[in-house]
Amino acid sequence: MLPIENYLFLSLALFIIGVIGVVTRRNVIVVLMSIELILNAVNINLVAFSRLYGDVAGQVFALFIIADAAAEAAVGLGIIIAFFPEPRNGAGGRNGFVEVVA
Amino acid sequence: MTPTGYFLDHLWLIPLFPLATAALMLFFGRRLPNAGVSVLCVGSVGLSFVYAAGAVFQLLAADPEHRVAQQIMFEWLTPGSMQMTGGHAIRFVADWGFLLDPLSCVMVLVVTGVGFLIHVYSVGYMGHEGGYYRFFGYMNLFMFAMLTLVLANNMLLMFVGWEGVGLCSYLLIGFYFLKKSASDAGKKAFIVNRIGDAGFILGILLTAVTLGTIRFTSQGLPDASGATGILQSLKAAVDAQTLGYGSSVLTGIALLLFVGAMGKSAQIPLYVWLPDAMEGPTPVSALIHAATMVTAGVYMVVRMNAIYQLSPIAMDVVAIVGAATAIFAASMALVQTDIKKVLAYSTISQLGYMFLALGVGAFAAGIFHLMTHAFFKALLFLGAGSVIHAMSGEQDIRKMGGLDKKIKYTYYTMLIATLAIAGIFPFAGFFSKDEILGRAFDRFFLLWVVGFITAGLTAFYMFRMLFLTFFGYCRADEHVEKHIHESPWPMTVPLMILAGFSIVGGWIGWPEVIGGENRFEKFLDPVLKGVLPETGEVNIVHHAVLKELLLMGASLTIAAAGIFLAYQLYCSKRIVPELVAQKVPKLYQLLFHKYYVDEIYDAAIVERTKDLGTLLGRFDANVIDGVGVNGAGWLARFGSTLSMWWDKWIIDGLLNFSAKLMQLFSYPVRLLQTGVFSSYAMLILVGLVILLAYYGHHMQVLLRGAR
Repeated sequence: MLPIENYLFLSLALFIIGVIGVVTRRNVIVVLMSIELILNAVNINLVAFSRLYGDVAGQVFALFIIADAAAEAAVGLGIIIAFFPEPRNGAGGRNGFVEVVA
Repeated sequence: MTPTGYFLDHLWLIPLFPLATAALMLFFGRRLPNAGVSVLCVGSVGLSFVYAAGAVFQLLAADPEHRVAQQIMFEWLTPGSMQMTGGHAIRFVADWGFLLDPLSCVMVLVVTGVGFLIHVYSVGYMGHEGGYYRFFGYMNLFMFAMLTLVLANNMLLMFVGWEGVGLCSYLLIGFYFLKKSASDAGKKAFIVNRIGDAGFILGILLTAVTLGTIRFTSQGLPDASGATGILQSLKAAVDAQTLGYGSSVLTGIALLLFVGAMGKSAQIPLYVWLPDAMEGPTPVSALIHAATMVTAGVYMVVRMNAIYQLSPIAMDVVAIVGAATAIFAASMALVQTDIKKVLAYSTISQLGYMFLALGVGAFAAGIFHLMTHAFFKALLFLGAGSVIHAMSGEQDIRKMGGLDKKIKYTYYTMLIATLAIAGIFPFAGFFSKDEILGRAFDRFFLLWVVGFITAGLTAFYMFRMLFLTFFGYCRADEHVEKHIHESPWPMTVPLMILAGFSIVGGWIGWPEVIGGENRFEKFLDPVLKGVLPETGEVNIVHHAVLKELLLMGASLTIAAAGIFLAYQLYCSKRIVPELVAQKVPKLYQLLFHKYYVDEIYDAAIVERTKDLGTLLGRFDANVIDGVGVNGAGWLARFGSTLSMWWDKWIIDGLLNFSAKLMQLFSYPVRLLQTGVFSSYAMLILVGLVILLAYYGHHMQVLLRGAR
C-alpha cells in the first residue's frame, strides 16, 4: 500500500473538483454528476482509512454510500424531469439549466 | 327710684304690634278684605300708641332724675372680650334692648300718635287703590322699624331700625313700582341713604373702639355691675383726662355720625332723594318724609349729645350745614309748581333748622321743633293729599284755585298748618322756631341772619302755595272742577286733630319770658346734660328779657313780611310774578332747575359710576374671558398641538427610523437571495469552510489524538 497521504490527496482533489462543479456549473445534470464525484471522493477516503486501520467498517460504509448515491441520482433525475418540462418549441431538447425559467 | 309698671315692662310690645300685622299682611294680606286690613293695621298702630302713652305716663311717675327705664330682651351679639386702647380688657356686647327716657318719650309719642292718625287717613286715601294690603303691610313694617329706632338702647339696634326705615322708604316710595319715575325715586332714596349709612357705621365702630360700648347708658338696668353705657364710659374718660373737650376722636365720631344723619335727614349734600320721594303716595310722604323717618337723624344726634357737646368743631359743622340747607332748600321752594314738591323742600329746610338748633347747642329746641314740625308738616301733607284727592289727582298748583269755599275742612286745617309753619303766634311753629333763632343769635350772629331770612322765605312760599291752591278762581280743567269734593271722614278727622295739635302743640314749650314755664325743655333736661359739669347750663340759658322780646318781634315781622309779599304776588296780584321772573331770568332758571344739583350729581357721580361698571365689564370680557377663559382654551390647544408634534415627529420618527434601519440592514441579506441554486451551494461551502477554520484547532486535537 502507498502512504496514506496519496489516497487522501486524491480524495481531496476529487472532492474539490466536485464542489466547484456543484457551485459553479449552470447545467443541473452536471451538478448531479459533481455530487456523484463528491460522494465517490468520500468513498475513496473511507476505503483508504479502512485499509490503513484494518477496520472493515469503512468499506461497509462505502457500500452504503454507493447505494445511497444511486438512489439519490434516481431521485434527482426524477425531480429534474418534473421541474424542467419539454421545451415548447420542440427544438433544443430538454436542457436543465439551474436558472429557473418560468 | 327706678320707675316700673306694666307698660314699662312691656316696652317691647310697642314695636311688636305693627311687626305682627306686617307679617300677617305678608302671609295672608291678599286674602283679606280691605276692611280687615284696615282694622288690623290701623289697630296695631293704635295699640302701640296706647302702650306708648301708658309707658310715658308710668315713667312720669318717677322723679326727674330717675326717669330712665331700660329693658334688655336678650344679648344679641357677644363677640367676647376686647382689648381697649388703654390696655384694659372689656366685654363688648350688643343687646336687643329698649330704653325709655324723656327723649324717647317724645319720639315714641310723636311716632305712634302721628303715625296712627296717618294710618287712619290712609284708609280713606288709599281705599280705591290696588295693593291695599301691601301698602299697609309696608306702613306697619315701617312703624316697627321706626319704633325700634327710637326705643333702641344701643347704637347697633338703632341702626337696625335706621336701615329698616330706609328699606321701607324704598318700598313705599316705589309703591307704584310700575311707574318708572317712582321706582327710580325709590332707588335714589335708598342709595343716597346708604351713602350716609357708611358714615354711621364707621361712627358706631369708632365709638365701640373708643368707649368700649355702644349702649347709650347703663342707667335703669337691673344690674349695674358689668353693664356700661356710652354716657358712663365717656364720663369716666373725661374724669381720667384721657378724653376731653375738643378731642379729635370725639370729633371724628360726631362727624361720622353726622354723615349718617345727613343722608337720613336730607341735609346738603345728601338731600336730593327727598323731592323725588314725592312719587310715593301722599300718606307716605306725610309719615316718612315729614314726621318720622327724616327726623331720625335729628334724634340720633340728640341721643349722642354728650359726645357732640365735647366737640365744638362738629357742632359748628352741624350748625353750618343745617343753616345752609335751610336757606338753600327754601330758595328752591319759592318756584316749585307741584304742591308736594313745595312741601318736600319745606321739609328739607325745616330739618336744616333742627340741625341748626343742635349745632348751636339748643338740643331741646331742636327736638321741640321736631315735634311741632311733625304736627304741621304731617297736616300739610295730608291736607295736600286731600286737595289732590279733591282735584282727581292734579298736583300742579298752577291748575288749582278757588277751593277755599269748596273743601272747607281741608282749607281751614291747611290754613292753620301754614300759619304754624310760618311761625305766627300763638301757633306751634312760632315757639319752636323762635327758640332756635334765639339760641342761634347767641352763638353766631351770621347763623341767626340765615335763619331769619329763611323764616321770611318760608312764610312767603308757604303762603304762595296756600294762595295759589285755595284762593282766586279755579284754574282747573272743566271735568276736574266738576268733581271737586270734600274728603271722607277718615281723611278729614286726622286733619282736624293735627290742626288742633298745630295750635296747642307749641304751648308745652311756652317760653319763660312771656310767662310760661317751658315745661318741655325742663322735661328733656336730664337727657341733655352731657358729661362736663358746666355743659348742663348750655341748654337752659337765660337771655336778657328785652333781647328775647326783640327777637320774637323780629321773627314775627319777617314772617308777616313774607305773607304780605305772597299776598301781593299771588292773591291781589298787585305785583305779577311772571314779570318778576322775567326781570331775573337767570336766577329764576337756576331756582326752577334746583340749582342743577341733580344734573351735576348725575354727570359727576352717577355717570362715572356707570363708566366704572362699563370698564369693569370690559375688563371682564377682555381680560377675564379673553385671557383667562379663551387663553386657557388656547393653552390647551397648544398643548395638544405639541403633543401631536411629539407623536408625529418623534414617536413615529423613531418607528420609521427603526424601520429604515431594518431596511438598511436588509440590503446585504437581500443580495444573498439570488434564487440561483449554485450560489446557495456556494454559501453552504463558505459556511463549512468558516466552520472548519473556526474549529480547526479542535480538529487538529481530534486528529492528533486519533493517531
